[in-house]
Amino acid sequence: MKTEKIPQQRIGVYVCHCGSNIAGMVDVDDVSQWAGKELAQDGVVISRDYKFMCSSLGQELIEKDIKEHELTRVVVGACSPHLHEATFRTACARADLNPYLCELVSIREQVSWVHTDKQAATEKSKAIIAGGVRRVVHHEPLEPLHVPIHPASLVVGGGIAGIQAALEIANAGYPVYLVEREPTIGGHMAQFDKTFPTLDCSACILTPRMVEAGNHPNITLLTYSEVEKVDGYVGNFVVSIRKRARSVKEDLCTGCGVCWEKCPKKVIDDVFEAGLGYRKAVYTPFPQAVPKYPVIDRENCTYYQKGTCKACEKFCPTGAIDFAQEDQMITVEVGNIILATGWQLFDPRRIHNYGYGRLANVFSSLEFERLSNAAGPTSGNVVLRDGKTVPKSVAIVHCVGSRDKKYNSYCSSICCMQSLKFAHLVEEKTGATVYNCYIDIRTPGKGYDEFYQRLLEEGTHFIRGKVAEITDAGRTTDEEGKIIVQVEDTLIGKQRRLPVDMVILSAGLEPQPDAKEVAKKFGISCSADGWYIERHPKLDPVATMTEGIYLAGCVQGPKDIPASVAQGAAAAARVIGKIQQKEIALEPVRATINEDQCSGCRICNDLCPFNAILFHEDRMVSEVNPALCQGCGTCVAACPAGAISGTGFSNEQILSQVEGLLMVNLSKEAAISQG
Amino acid sequence: MKYNYFPGCSLEKNAAAYDVSTKAIADPFGLELVEIEDWNCCGATEYISLNLLASYALVARNLAQASKNKDLTQTIAPCSACYLNLRKTDKYMYESSDLNQKVNTALAAGGLSYKPGTQKVRHLLDVVVNDIGFEKIAEKVTKPLTGLRIAPYYGCMIVRPELSISKDSLSFDDPEHPTTLDELLKVLGAEVVDYPLKANCCGGHMTQINDVTAFELLHRLIKGAADYQADLIVTLCPMCQFNLDAFQGPMNRHFGTKFSMPVLYFTQMIGLALGMDAKKLGIGDELIDARPVLAKIGVQVPIPESAKKRPDKEALPMPSPLKNSENISKIKEEIGQ
Amino acid sequence: MNEETKPFEPTIIGFTCNWCSYRAADMAGTARMKYSPNVRLIRLMCSGRFDPTFAFQAFANGADGVLVSGCHPGDCHYINQNYKMLRRFHLMKRVLKQMGIEPGRIKLLWASAAEGAIFADEINKFVEQVRELGPLNWKENIIAIEQPMLEEVAV
Repeated sequence: MKTEKIPQQRIGVYVCHCGSNIAGMVDVDDVSQWAGKELAQDGVVISRDYKFMCSSLGQELIEKDIKEHELTRVVVGACSPHLHEATFRTACARADLNPYLCELVSIREQVSWVHTDKQAATEKSKAIIAGGVRRVVHHEPLEPLHVPIHPASLVVGGGIAGIQAALEIANAGYPVYLVEREPTIGGHMAQFDKTFPTLDCSACILTPRMVEAGNHPNITLLTYSEVEKVDGYVGNFVVSIRKRARSVKEDLCTGCGVCWEKCPKKVIDDVFEAGLGYRKAVYTPFPQAVPKYPVIDRENCTYYQKGTCKACEKFCPTGAIDFAQEDQMITVEVGNIILATGWQLFDPRRIHNYGYGRLANVFSSLEFERLSNAAGPTSGNVVLRDGKTVPKSVAIVHCVGSRDKKYNSYCSSICCMQSLKFAHLVEEKTGATVYNCYIDIRTPGKGYDEFYQRLLEEGTHFIRGKVAEITDAGRTTDEEGKIIVQVEDTLIGKQRRLPVDMVILSAGLEPQPDAKEVAKKFGISCSADGWYIERHPKLDPVATMTEGIYLAGCVQGPKDIPASVAQGAAAAARVIGKIQQKEIALEPVRATINEDQCSGCRICNDLCPFNAILFHEDRMVSEVNPALCQGCGTCVAACPAGAISGTGFSNEQILSQVEGLLMVNLSKEAAISQG
Repeated sequence: MKYNYFPGCSLEKNAAAYDVSTKAIADPFGLELVEIEDWNCCGATEYISLNLLASYALVARNLAQASKNKDLTQTIAPCSACYLNLRKTDKYMYESSDLNQKVNTALAAGGLSYKPGTQKVRHLLDVVVNDIGFEKIAEKVTKPLTGLRIAPYYGCMIVRPELSISKDSLSFDDPEHPTTLDELLKVLGAEVVDYPLKANCCGGHMTQINDVTAFELLHRLIKGAADYQADLIVTLCPMCQFNLDAFQGPMNRHFGTKFSMPVLYFTQMIGLALGMDAKKLGIGDELIDARPVLAKIGVQVPIPESAKKRPDKEALPMPSPLKNSENISKIKEEIGQ
Repeated sequence: MNEETKPFEPTIIGFTCNWCSYRAADMAGTARMKYSPNVRLIRLMCSGRFDPTFAFQAFANGADGVLVSGCHPGDCHYINQNYKMLRRFHLMKRVLKQMGIEPGRIKLLWASAAEGAIFADEINKFVEQVRELGPLNWKENIIAIEQPMLEEVAV
């Protein structure tokens, strides 16, 4: 059913055995013979089958045939195009055939691996090859689009992963914008006391990096800022950032701290101190904050709320307080973006049986980190909520909100090691009896299991059981005034009630509350859990499906500090590689509008999510900007005049493929003959 | 608002106070309760453990009788066990065409039939909280129960999960941590104790089968309420009330304790808050006399020192409590409602 | 082989998007999940590329059913093009119904790249659904379209 006279092509068909992966279920010999015979009128001049088409011998087969038989098109029936499309295209390119004149159709993932009826599988393979042949006739030689890469980069998120990525890129000599929502960089790592398994002081290893990032000539730090809009495409992103008003003039502030000393308004610090400590309305989150400039929390500041006070302004020796300061909108141009926006803690209040929020001496993991931290609200003393009593017995609960169908099914990766670390710290600081209630002990990293062995020797009690209830309703006199942890000790097969003074809940990691909106802003996808999706779960954990946007750290999934750092460095390496190539080749799958046929109805203009279609008022026609177009094809399908064609997925190609697929019908009654 | 009314055997005798107080508060809220004609015992917890098919048929007879009046599609059961039995039978008949057929064959012998799903069975608390609503109740409160510390006790039967026929109507409150009764008592002006054992079992018929086990369970419940300085326990199930009330004495003797914790029904509390006469609500029938405790109503009682929450300057701040409604809506989200 | 006793095997053409649904099919393959061989897939870059004429062509050439599959709403690789396909899909279903094609012959399936099992399951369900409707036999049963559909799509 062709209307235009297409010049007869010379097509080569190659059916791969893939060992026995395909050949075990599909009669590959039959398929290749059939193609040679039945599809000869469509232009097939040679049809072969071979054990492993993707091998160098297989590819050479194609290259040889192209030269000897003057092939103008190639169809390979093998694995999924997501695996080897590039392989076969490159093979064609080596033989001087435009790579886009090659089509790979899947008869493995789509046929041999999923069907059990050999005859049906063989017939379906024939249909798929026929579809490919009919389609490839309409392919056109295409050239990839080259776009320049802007040398600047954007890193969103100033935690350890973001800092690492920014430093790597900056050290390579390229400018980086590091955007962080909080007034300081450092992320959650700044809150921790010690890090496992070495028990290094967290702030001590983090702050030098923070300072380096703050001082680096190639890094522009934009703290207390958020990305509002992202436009453009890989190599040429235009990002609008809102730099929120600190109410402090950065060029005048010396970081002396008089303002927060004199500020009369004290509020609970929900962020850095995890709700256990206080800060002032004008504050820096912690003494080693980078940058050192304080911020006025307008929601709690007496001046902004009631119009009085202004103590900070009075006492500031350099006149750096500026109540009239407004948010600033900054627009930057970057070539690549790394997202390192991190995680939030699972809210243990959601699990009512664990008593967090009702029972005073049940603490969350972040609360305990602050308790144990020498710079925290109790100067590093592990005490109960009354602020003075040292606990004599402590229970640490693993897997709070993780590995649980009701909350989050995934494992949060770091909590077992964190719980062991807590056990050690509690024992060291208080000599208390420690119980760890766990489901499994997950210690996969370097030195991790050895750390667990050490805890065993320190005399920690390990109880294998998921905690059922944490309550203060005592039953016996021993339980009076204590918190009782009810847990089944599955190793001895008994229910146990542990009367303790303090309970620490190792709550799991969750994506940030606005993860989905942020993902949409950048045009990448989130999994159902809210973690961002990497390009390949095994082989490419730093790239995303969107060119130019990379991931680093827990934003991609819960992981420990060494893994976050590694991922940050990996993302940076990727970006540096792209910058050094100076330009990037984009897939030429694009839409083009035939001006002659365009009637100027503009239906396509609004359909494009990338705003790639311009309208020329003078000529009353639309035009697609090939650099912005991502090739989705929606406009192609929508054009009522059929004036838009999509290279790589044109109407003729798809309609011909449909015809080809239906050449071989399972239903005997509806067999369609050629034409 | 008109409903079929299934009092159940206990409301006729032992829990007459529950029946009396229910009927007393039905009027002011416009609840018209039409007692099901010739209803029979639901089998409580005993029969169902002896003979499944017969007990389903027994319960289904009530549903069949209830469906005789085509205008009334909802049945109220104040007793938790009756409620559970009626709901379960309806659900199982709906899910198993085999059971449906067998039960209807049995019913046919008496000239009756029942199509599962026809009657929507609801607990009285559900109707009070959702159909009347807290706002209407608050409007009618004339004598708030200020100063009374109440431990709300749900018992274990009322919010069993998966009682619904369709995904649209799961149990009306959280199975492990229900809060509707807490909210209701707050609306009545009482000080509601955050009672951790509110959904724990009272032992049910254990008091008749194995009293030692029962005493242990009752001891935990009453001691728990006393530890939280509750003045009284308010419940919604006749079995729970009976166990906690009538067996408190024997439990005290068994443990050598001297608890005197009155146990009343939530309908009685509503009546009191509406300014009704205590005797008309059946108060005074209970074994552990509630009157001394109720003397507190209308009088500003100084809160006991131990229960006061004095902000300790050295103490670390607590995280803010999650709103109960947030919890329910989160749970609803998680189960895809 | 007695033709009357052999069950009717429908032929279904499926249009999948490159990012989610095609990858779901791939995932079903790598996990060796088994499903009916009656569906033949065509890969589009985006479900938004789906043009109802593709479905018409499929039916005209002997297909008994058409499946369109894309990313879940909100997850489209090209932001929100799957919504545009959704609009077209509903309109197409109405039009096809008016032409005498039962709505049970067309199916819309949202599948993410991780949902290989769901993809396989839905295919099996759809095959059974179409099997029950029987062969379409467009040329015999529906008024024959003389000119190729291709002419309607001017390029």
